[in-house]
Amino acid sequence: MTRYNRRTLLKAGAAFAGASAIGFPAISYGQAEKIKIGHLTPLTGFLGALGTYATLGMKLAVEEINQGGGVMGRQLDVMSEDSVNPATAATKAQRMFEQDGATVLIGEINSAAALTIMQVAARNKRLFLQTGARSDALRGKNCNKFTFHMDIPNTVMVNTVGKALVRDNMVKDKKFFTLTADYIFGHDLLAAAKRFFGANQGNLIGDELIATDVTDFSPYLLKIRQAKPDVVCSNLAGNQVTTLIKQYAEFGLPYPIVGFNLNTADAWAAGDGNLSGTWPTVWYHTLEVPASRSFVANFTKKNGKPPENHAWIEYISFKMMAQAMNETKSTDTDKLIAYFEKETEFDILKARKAHFRAWDHQLMQEAYPFTVRPKGHAKDQWDFIALGTALPAAGEPLESLAPTREQNPCTL
Amino acid sequence: MQFGFLLEQVVNGLVLGGYYLLIALGLSLIFSVGGVVNLAHGAFYALGAYASVEITKYLGFGPAVVLSPIAVAMLGILFERYILRRFYTADPILSLLITFGLAMIAEQAIRIVWGAAPLSASIPPEFRGSVIVGDFLFSRYRVMLLAVVAVVLIGVWLLLHKTSFGRVVRAGIQRPDMVAALGIRLQPYMTAVVMLGVGMAAMGGAFFAPITIVHPAMGNEIITVAFVVVVIGGLGSFWGVVIAALLVGVVRGITIHFVPAAGEASIYVLMFLVLLVRPRGLLGERIEKFE
Repeated sequence: MTRYNRRTLLKAGAAFAGASAIGFPAISYGQAEKIKIGHLTPLTGFLGALGTYATLGMKLAVEEINQGGGVMGRQLDVMSEDSVNPATAATKAQRMFEQDGATVLIGEINSAAALTIMQVAARNKRLFLQTGARSDALRGKNCNKFTFHMDIPNTVMVNTVGKALVRDNMVKDKKFFTLTADYIFGHDLLAAAKRFFGANQGNLIGDELIATDVTDFSPYLLKIRQAKPDVVCSNLAGNQVTTLIKQYAEFGLPYPIVGFNLNTADAWAAGDGNLSGTWPTVWYHTLEVPASRSFVANFTKKNGKPPENHAWIEYISFKMMAQAMNETKSTDTDKLIAYFEKETEFDILKARKAHFRAWDHQLMQEAYPFTVRPKGHAKDQWDFIALGTALPAAGEPLESLAPTREQNPCTL
Repeated sequence: MQFGFLLEQVVNGLVLGGYYLLIALGLSLIFSVGGVVNLAHGAFYALGAYASVEITKYLGFGPAVVLSPIAVAMLGILFERYILRRFYTADPILSLLITFGLAMIAEQAIRIVWGAAPLSASIPPEFRGSVIVGDFLFSRYRVMLLAVVAVVLIGVWLLLHKTSFGRVVRAGIQRPDMVAALGIRLQPYMTAVVMLGVGMAAMGGAFFAPITIVHPAMGNEIITVAFVVVVIGGLGSFWGVVIAALLVGVVRGITIHFVPAAGEASIYVLMFLVLLVRPRGLLGERIEKFE
């Protein structure tokens, strides 16, 4: 306990010094101790490939921040670990706050693990910048004051792909068959999909809940064939998406396939010529934005491969947190929350700047529907996605794809 | 029509069972002859998949599915000679621990060499799509896979039942002491059995790489099912393993047809029921050293 008290004292001191020293060069705090940040993300299991990219993105951001003089003149010291599963994630989060002196936590992809970390953050009254989990419930009925959400939520993914489908006459009076990941994320995505089908006269004729460790989809594919849908729709996650894409191509079913969730690493793993249909993404490395191009170049130079969306989101999350600490000259939880809640605009390497919506702590940003390039049109093995126009369209408010106040039961 | 759908799931389950068989048969052989539960068996399956993806890049799919199992079988020699051999007569817990540790080391080694992101692998164009026979739809690739499994199965059966090699191995399962008394050293046979077993696992990996996900933990995913098959089939029985593998595939398919949520649990329920009625498995023989 003495360690905790010393740290509290130091933080209070730093905050006081920061507040009273506006205008002084940051270098004057060069002697101060490092700012500790906890980073949790799945490195094993069905989301492990995505978490590995997230870790690479985090490393690049921290390297750049520290080389540029750190935050308020202090270097960042990131403890990065495999979150493993929801229970382990909560244990590690608690340890990082309580014993390791983490000022904030950043990370996660698994919605179930993110939920347990959110509870730990609330109990410890510290900030959790939740980067990659997409379940609506996290920023809906389970939202809390200490958590901010970076990635696009399920409703936004459904609306992004949905707009493209409505445009292509693929919803009204069409029969849909969905395959859904059997955990909080999938259930939540299915609910958003049902809302969308209901609002646009699509008929959901069948759904299969699929456990996250299933490696053979053939019995489900036969059920799809029996149901004879007009469109097959994936609400799956991580490795499941890759397996589905491969086996769907293997069986060569004639129904078009679309999906409401995909991370580009899952698509890359599916192999050439297997992916088809319309899917959503939050960011892609071919985006024609100068800041994005320079991030892609730096990342590729360092890692020998382009970043995927979880590398990008971890990168901008650490940059945003550094910006917030620098601007508020503090690592104090309340000050950081206030900074994010005043809807400060952040450059997130996209055409439009992003901000957190104050009442549900969700980052408002552009999303993109994409289709797959015809065979032979990709520049390299990473380039088989043809990005659609960013949504919401240039004139529309960023909020227009997100759940509305009526749809979202969040009260902070 | 409902019956037709069900039959389609049964046939599909048989195909899937054939693939489980490639992994389970080797596991059963190593267990039966050496008395070692090889928890590292899944690692050889994963290595087979990774090696075939690498070889495919240079030589194409055909050579990859032949060379990858051979390469892994060679690795099997080292595995048997330097590790497994020390544990045939030791407390079984030791071999469990060592092979479990090896499985973890192998998974981490794959992660270090190839990275955590899955490798991409595709079905060669000539095997893409499906064939429709009457009302049934088959993946063309899986039909080819089934043919390969059938050939391997016949080959292994002939090897075990029609050659002097097979006679010694089968005798070694039942009465290793008698085999020794007749002046035959079992060790070289054991090396061959391990080569054969891990080679088949690698072949399963190589053939399944284009339709499943090639990632470091893929060995873990298959080892549990393979064990269930071995336990249901019973030790020492070639046909027990064959029947169990097909049964597991079919039961899973039928369960997913009727009660999708119970699909993955169904094979464990099957194992539970089989063991209640036949504690040695379906066709398990009475093996003195395990009684």
